[in-house]
Amino acid sequence: MAWQEPTVARRYVWPDDDLTVIPDWVYTDEVIYDREVERIFHGATWNYVALEAEIAKAGDFIRSHVGPTPVVVARAEDGSINVLENRCMHRAAEFCRELSGTTKEFICPYHQWTYDLRGNLIGVPFRRGVAGKGGMPADFKAEDHGLRKLNVTTHRGVVFASYSDDVEPFVDYLGPEVLREFDATFDGRKLTVLGHYRHSLPGNWKLYHENLKDPYHATLLHTFLVTFGLLVAGNRSLMLTDKSGRHGVMASAKSDAKAVTGDAKKEMRSFKEGLTLRDTRLMDFVEEFDSPWSVTMATIWPNLIVQREMNTLGIRQIVPTGPHEFIMKWTMFGFEGDDEAMTRHRLRQGNLMGPAGYLGLEDNEAIKFVQDGMQGVPHGRHLVKLDPKTPAGTSDTLISEAAIRAMYRHWREAMAL
Amino acid sequence: MLEKLHPAANDRRIEALLLHRELEEFNTTYAAALDEQRLDDWAEMFTDDAFYVVISRENADRGMPVGLIYCENKAMICDRAFAHQHTAMFAPRYLRHIVGNLQVLGEEPNGDVRARANYIVVQVLLDRPDAKLHQVGVYYDRFRRIGDRFKLAERRCVYDNLLVDNALCLPV
Repeated sequence: MAWQEPTVARRYVWPDDDLTVIPDWVYTDEVIYDREVERIFHGATWNYVALEAEIAKAGDFIRSHVGPTPVVVARAEDGSINVLENRCMHRAAEFCRELSGTTKEFICPYHQWTYDLRGNLIGVPFRRGVAGKGGMPADFKAEDHGLRKLNVTTHRGVVFASYSDDVEPFVDYLGPEVLREFDATFDGRKLTVLGHYRHSLPGNWKLYHENLKDPYHATLLHTFLVTFGLLVAGNRSLMLTDKSGRHGVMASAKSDAKAVTGDAKKEMRSFKEGLTLRDTRLMDFVEEFDSPWSVTMATIWPNLIVQREMNTLGIRQIVPTGPHEFIMKWTMFGFEGDDEAMTRHRLRQGNLMGPAGYLGLEDNEAIKFVQDGMQGVPHGRHLVKLDPKTPAGTSDTLISEAAIRAMYRHWREAMAL
Repeated sequence: MLEKLHPAANDRRIEALLLHRELEEFNTTYAAALDEQRLDDWAEMFTDDAFYVVISRENADRGMPVGLIYCENKAMICDRAFAHQHTAMFAPRYLRHIVGNLQVLGEEPNGDVRARANYIVVQVLLDRPDAKLHQVGVYYDRFRRIGDRFKLAERRCVYDNLLVDNALCLPV
């Protein structure tokens, strides 16, 4: 194919309208990134912001983000959950500096403008000036200068916010198939937070979604899984997407390594027979969920991943900071009623995931490699052609990229590109 | 100066100095094993029942137990060493562990020695020009004398940096 000089107008045209090819500008372009913030993160989407367990009592607050935008999630005296932009209405200072805490009100440290837990402006120092001089104009109304408040919803102890008042109810937003898996993890037991991981990833935020809509990589990149027989290409598995294509659930059922066929082993170079862990408890699976799957990774558009890796459970929140980088905040949890042994089991199994996880660190590296690969190569393209029988959507084979195609079908609609 | 003190007091001071020196040497050996990515040697520096965790200060301060690496015994530490050396996929890198400000904090009833030391880990990736501060934190330790040498019965690596730079590909 002859190389063509792309004109500015043609720059953001999807090549041949073909979802099996993704142009690099989707991942590297500032204009595209700004449009994503506006149309996706600040658009008609539900963004994960917190767990209710983190703001259990009136006055509890936690800092969070909607897309790149800093917000505070606070529980008011009336029990309501309020998601407020962390930006003073006076001079834009990011007023809340603590990661979390308990307070009666928010006071901006710069000029001490004061807001209640629902974001109402309740105090402006020297509003009438001093000795009749200075101060705010007479027609200044505090009620017009409350913090910017977002639309809020909760589901099974998980808090979501939206810049849109027209976004559909959360259960409709997920769709029945993805909701079923979401509810299998958040099964009604009260959550207890076990801690956080935070890291920065030098890649585009969508690559994280794609990694979890790409079951093809799991047995090839994650040698650990295969070495110790946790996941192999013959495992029962499903790569589910919702009707819109934006959400997904990668699901698999643990099976015995002995069951792997010779053919599958040959394809996976990493398969090493006879290796066992010295402490095999890492791979124990305690049945606790009403689900046929021992592992589910749900990608909830646009900023949430729900990890149920056997018994290690976590929320991953994507905070994009530009086309080339995002921050990931993990909130690991268990349930009220877990005994000491179960909590320790979850912590031990946590070694699989997170920034130092046996699997987690490899995903982070792979995402960096992809972003690196796009640098300095003009007009590059990615190939996502696996499993042509499923053009875009749910697939029952691991050797498929149909869910990535489904996500881009939706992305193009949302971006009008 | 020494001869002016009571001999017993001198003995105690010399003993404390020797202990301090011995633990410093332990940390130097530990850092060298990690810098050279000799993880089997690293794993051998722990007792069979050792607890080893790399945990953010954010979690530690809030009494939350989640660690980047969480090992309840030497078997898990050996599994870590194996995985990092034989299964984990990560880009080549150089690491430099610097350990300092060692403080001996006291002795447990069973004779274990409690100590702490500051540490920094500097990482060089082969595709980036700069050496980056990967971790800065404190080792909270319990050393146990086994024969003529010390081993770690517990090392809690509590790191101050809020964000991990991408991934922690080797132990701390």
